[in-house]
This record gives sequence, C-alpha cells and structure tokens, in this order.
Amino acid sequence: MAAAPPSSAKIMPATNGKGLPATLSREEELAAYRMMLTIRRFEEKAGQMYGMGLIGGFCHLYIGQEAVVVGMQMVLKPGDQVITGYRDHGHMIACGMDPRGVMAELAGRSHGYSKGKGGSMHMFSVEKGFYGGHGIVGAQVPIGTGLAFANRYRGNDNICVTYFGDGAANQGQVYESFNMAELWKLPVVYVIENNRYAMGTAITRSSAETNLSRRGLSFNIPGEQVDGMDVRAVKAAGEKAAAWCRAGNGPYILEMLTYRYRGHSMSDPAKYRTREEVDEVRTHHDPIDTARRRILENRLAGEDELKKIDSEVRELINEASEFATHDPEPDAAELYTDVYRD
Amino acid sequence: MPIQVLMPALSPTMEKGNLAKWLKKEGDAVKSGDVIAEIETDKATMEVEAADDGTLGKILVPEGSVDVAVNTPIAVILNEGEDSSALKAPKPQVQRPTPPPAPAAKSGAKDSAVARPQAPFAAPAPMQPLLDPDIPEGTEMVTMTMREALRDAMAEEMRRDKDVFVMGEEVAEYQGAYKVTQGLLQEFGPQRVIDTPITEHGFAGLGIGAAFAGLKPIVEFMTFNFAMQAMDQLINSAAKTLYMSGGQMGCQIVFRGPNGAAARVAAQHSQDYSAWYSHIPGLKVIAPSNAADAKGLLKAAIRDPNPVIFLENEILYGRSSPVPKIDDFVLPIGKAKIARPGNDVTIIAWSMGMTYALKAAEELAGMGIDAEIIDLRTLRPMDTATIVASVQKTGRAVTVEEGWQQCGVGAEIAARIMEHAFDYLDAPVARVSGKDVPMPYAANLEKLALPSVAEVVEAAKAVCYR
Ligand SMILES: Cc1ncc(C[n+]2csc(CCOP(=O)(O)OP(=O)(O)O)c2C)c(N)n1
Ligand SMILES: [Mg+2]
Repeated sequence: MAAAPPSSAKIMPATNGKGLPATLSREEELAAYRMMLTIRRFEEKAGQMYGMGLIGGFCHLYIGQEAVVVGMQMVLKPGDQVITGYRDHGHMIACGMDPRGVMAELAGRSHGYSKGKGGSMHMFSVEKGFYGGHGIVGAQVPIGTGLAFANRYRGNDNICVTYFGDGAANQGQVYESFNMAELWKLPVVYVIENNRYAMGTAITRSSAETNLSRRGLSFNIPGEQVDGMDVRAVKAAGEKAAAWCRAGNGPYILEMLTYRYRGHSMSDPAKYRTREEVDEVRTHHDPIDTARRRILENRLAGEDELKKIDSEVRELINEASEFATHDPEPDAAELYTDVYRD
Repeated sequence: MPIQVLMPALSPTMEKGNLAKWLKKEGDAVKSGDVIAEIETDKATMEVEAADDGTLGKILVPEGSVDVAVNTPIAVILNEGEDSSALKAPKPQVQRPTPPPAPAAKSGAKDSAVARPQAPFAAPAPMQPLLDPDIPEGTEMVTMTMREALRDAMAEEMRRDKDVFVMGEEVAEYQGAYKVTQGLLQEFGPQRVIDTPITEHGFAGLGIGAAFAGLKPIVEFMTFNFAMQAMDQLINSAAKTLYMSGGQMGCQIVFRGPNGAAARVAAQHSQDYSAWYSHIPGLKVIAPSNAADAKGLLKAAIRDPNPVIFLENEILYGRSSPVPKIDDFVLPIGKAKIARPGNDVTIIAWSMGMTYALKAAEELAGMGIDAEIIDLRTLRPMDTATIVASVQKTGRAVTVEEGWQQCGVGAEIAARIMEHAFDYLDAPVARVSGKDVPMPYAANLEKLALPSVAEVVEAAKAVCYR
C-alpha cells in the first residue's frame, strides 16, 4: 500500500537557498512576474472553459510549475528550440505564442495554432521555436535531441531545451537519447520537470533513483537539482547549462524540483496526495507569490504597478477566451488537408 | 453582479454527475481555489473549486441530487459588497461564454456512448439482444457495465490460479486509469497487482519473460496507443517464440486495455489497432462489444496458452448489458456471434463498430431492409465460416470499423468473402471505416472522421441497390 505521503519538507527540499540565484534586474523581475502570471491566469481560464465543455479531451494544466519554463526561456536566444510533452500551454506562452491562438486550439477552432486539429496536447510554432506539444510520454526526448543534432550539424551555437517529466524519465528512449547526445556532444539541455507525481504515482513508487539529476551519470552528462519554484534559481541554472551546451561540451541535465497544484488532467481527482501537501506548497513555495513579495520588498515596483500588471494580464486572458469562444470551428474540408505535403 | 457556478464537465466523456456534497454553506466566504463541493462522476469523486472570491449566496442544487446535467447552475456566488438582495436581481450574470456551435464530442453515435456508472445512475437499456448459443436458455442474467465484467473476469481467474497477476501503469493504487482494475489490489495485494513505471517496452518484455517462466501475466496498457512503445516485444518476442523454439516455449499472456477512439483526445490518443495485431501469426486478437462477451472472452484469454491481445474500448466501459450468472462463464475464442438475424444484408462489426451496426439495423428495418448483424468478437483467428454462411444467405455484406481502410480488417473480410462466397454475392462488399486521416481534435472534424450510423445505413442500402 501507499507509503505515507512525503512531508512537505521533502516535497520542496534541498536546493532552496542552495547556489546563488541569479539576481534579476528590475525589468527581468517584472517581465518574469508578468509571464508567470499570464500562464497562471491562462491555465485557470482553460480549467473553467473545460468545465463548461468548451474544451474537450485531455487538458493538463501547468499551474504551480510556471517558474520553470519562464526562467529557462530567459536564457534562450533566437534560433533556440523548445520541445515538451502534453503539459505544454505554459511553454507555448513563454515562447511568445499568442494566447488567443493557443486558447482557440484548446477549443478546437479554426484559428488555433493547429487549425483545431491538434488540441491541447499538440501545438507547434516553428516561428517561435516551439516544436510541440507531444502526447506520448517520453517521445519528445529523442526528438529534442534531434533538434539539437541539427544545430550541431549546421555548426550554429543554438541549443534545444527538451522538457520532460519525472514519470517520463523512466522511458527507455530517454537513455538512448542521453547516450547519443553525449557521444556526439549535442547542444541539448534536458529539463526534467520533477513535480513529484506521474499521474497518480509518486516518484518514490516509480523510480529506483529519485535524484533525477544523476540519471546522466553513466553517460558522463553533468546534472544538477534546481529549485524550480524560484524563477531566479531556474534562470541561474539555465544560464550555466546553456553556456555549457553552446560551447560545444554536449548535453546538460537540469532537474527542476517543482509541483503541480491541480490533478494530472481535468478528470483526475488527485486522491493520491493530501490537500495539506498541496496547500503547503501553495502557501510557502508559490513561484508567483514569491516573486511578488520579492518585488515589493526590494521596492522594484509598488502595489499599484503590480495591480496594473494583474489587470492587464486578466484582460489579455479574457480576450483569449473570447476569441476562442467566438472563433468558428474548422471548415469540414480541413479534415483531409495536411495529411501530406505536395 | 452575482456569479453562477455551473455544473462542471470533469472528464472527456461526462454529460451529467451527482452532487455528492456541499463543503460550504450559504453565507460562507469563498476564495478562488477553495473547494466548495464534491461531484461524483462515473469514474471518481471530484472536487469543485470556486473560480472567484466572494460569498456563497445560494445553493441551487442541493447535495444528494443525482444526474445533474453539465452546465446546470448549481450555486450563486456574491461578489464583495453584494448581499443576498442581489440574488433577487432578475438574471444573475453567468460567467460563461456562449457555447460552441457544435458541443464537444457529440458525434451522433456517441451521444449515448458516454461512460455510465453503476447505481445511483440510471442504467441505460441493454445495448443488444442476447443470442448466444454458448449461454444456456433460461440462465439468470445480471446487468453490469463492461468495466465491471472485465474486473470480475480478472478477479475470478486470479482466485482460480495463483500464477495469474496484473501489471501496468496505475492499475493498483489508483485502481486503474479507467477503473477497470478497481478493487483488485485490495483483494489480491501488491504482489499480484503491480503498478509499473511508465516503461511500456520494459514491462511488456518483463511480462513476456515471466510468461516464459510459466507465470500468466495480464498486462494492462493504459491505452493501446502506448502499446506502440512495446510493439517490438509484442511481435518479435510474444508472438514468435513458440514457433522459433520449435514448440518448446509458449507465452501465456494477455495484453489488454482500451483501443480505438475515445472522445476529443486527438491523433496520438485515438487509433484503432484491430488491423495491426490481426496481421500477426502467433497472436490471438479479441475485441468484445458488450459486457457478457467481455467477461467470457477475457476469462478464456487468460486461460489460453498463447499471447492474446484484448482490445477494449473506453466509450464502452460504462455501458451496461446483461451477463449470465454462471459460476465459470467462459466463451470460446474464435467464434463470431449472430447478434441480430436477418435476410437482406450481412453487416459485420466488432467492439465499438457494433454500436453503429445495431443502430443502423433498426433504421434499415424501418426501410424494409432486414439486416443480419455478425459480432466478430475475435479478430484472429477469424470465424470465416459464420461470415460465409451469412453471406451465402443474404448475398450482400457491409463491414464496419473505426480503423483505416487500407489493409484494414474490413479489407480482410472482403477478401475472405470473395474467396469463399464469390458466387453468392449480389453486390461488391462495402466497407464503412474511419476516414483516411489522423484523428482530428476539433469536435466537428472528429465526428466526420469516425464512422457513423448514417454511413452504415447508406452502405447497406447501396449494396441492396436501394
Ligand atoms: C507512452 C505513454 N504511456 C502512458 C501515457 C499516459 N500518461 C500521460 S501523462 C502520464 C504521466 C506522466 O508523468 P510525468 O512524466 O511525471 O509528467 P507530468 O504529467 O507530471 O507533467 C501518463 C502515464 C502516455 N501518454 N504515453
Ligand atoms: Mg510528473
């Protein structure tokens, strides 16, 4: 039977305070705050729209994990690539994709990023360097490695950030990728979003080695654990990893210790953990609250300015939801397009 | 303006639910994120969180209410500064955009296909008449969902044989992603009901190894979409080893899980693998359409000394139908069933395709076309004799499948009819199938991509030259 749920001390451990988080400039702090909030509000709205039947199928929310993707995105430059699994809305928004197009895709409408054909789990924007949006656990890992291969092949100094979960970290193709990436010195940062659960399975029940940053050891890939609830720590670690990859040293593993507040998908009652555990993380480690507090304490902005950001973000998300709701469904003829390219 | 809280949709297939419990009282302050109520869906009890801050002004649907339709207003939340007088305002503002032109996941055939739970939900009418020569006349029948029938089959076989065990993602503590293994951990313990990491290729191979050593694993794939990760082990190891070892090493194993399209889960999560596994010598392939067949055939599969691919269907899990109350109800593998006798045209289907076929038969009857429906049940070995005998009688045949046409099961059936009943055919065999595209997400396109009752009716009329 289930081991007692881990105490919150274990949920958000070790790295808190470990290593020096990057100091962010005022602009960076505010931009990160705005982006994390945008993702949070987007996801809350998506959850509501799901409840109203406007979004169907599987819908995996990113609430709680915002600092990971926002911090990593801060170290990327044009031409870098991002790829992830199905918990992907935050990644798309952080990459600069239009929330209206993302929401329209969630609703299966014609102006969604995939013309309504992909849905929540399958969106792409080559223009923004976002390569999906993949539904099969672990499948994005070799693909991300291949994107990095293309960078190396072309001799540019771009990198590919390849995100996957603690559950995905047990798929065999992850290790096949690790080996090739190190063997051929491919510029790929593997970001393991360890939110402690894969669906209903706590990491301690699925993994012999739960320190996932060590998973590259036998391939000689360096790795470290990062406080994924602190956008500054994420950025600092991301900078180091990106520089390593850009310099031609091969892959790097960052294990982000993070947490998802909602169920695995909209239909998961999440009975495998206690409400106290969720509340503990929410209350004491929330990436957005933390950033907000820090901004106020360091007098980078006042309440008024933050309130203004809050309402601008709400406005943006409401617009996205209005857009998605009124966007027509795809034309029936779209059923047969895009199967092949001429 | 007060805000209405609506009954939420909490799963891809949910249309209504029970309001189990209110956790806040009228007058209580609520904050966004607070749990205000518990809702029972067919699969789980879910918490409803408030999306806004305010006061719970009025509860519109009391706890204990059953079958509350999605989107029904269940409560009103008052904003800061509003008091209960605001409730008297003629129309509380509903925080909700207008519904989409076509509501989610409503292909005609799926309207009644929403997963239904056992009590307290009303059981839908049995989905098909029971005409099974393997069930003695006068047998007492119990109505149950396919989900329960599958679980009972596993539990009975596990009680009977200690070498039988279940393994897969979320099968134990979570009670199954689709709740098919509900209660098994509690009865059989963690030694025999095993949660695996997400490593399909690994645990499929491990299961095959355990079978080589004489155990009888039931390996659940959360869905068959994920079994593609394990394809090499299924085909190269499970299917071929008996032959390669000159009959020395058999592989008694069942791979089971939902197959085919669910609702709105897009291309990587909705695919019918009937044809894929049917192609492989060494495998047996079963795809039941109702609870009785699911139970009798799963028990047979677990006892069969060969690797069996057991294709279930998420949409059918919640459907109820009668199951014979027999101590040890085992059906023969490889035998099709005449689900509806008729004289004018033979419609051949299995699994979800039976839903379309049976509804089409009713419509056709109204037009004076008397369709005979064959439920194939087992795809490999295929019961050619039953198909041929029927076509010799009717002279016309239509196949129905969710999968694609090229090299599909329908193509195989058509070839066998041509080989064995060519002289009896009055029209070319017609195939109704999924469209030749990956499954789209959008509700309207998904509906077009799937086969429909109307298409089966059209095809049957066409082969009857009507
Ligand atoms: C190959 C495969 N197996 C199973 C699934 C079903 N599934 C989807 S997400 C998931 C859990 C993944 O957990 P994790 O990698 O930790 O990512 P998280 O959901 O926590 O972001 C499972 C089992 C799948 N999509 N693909
Ligand atoms: Mg996880």
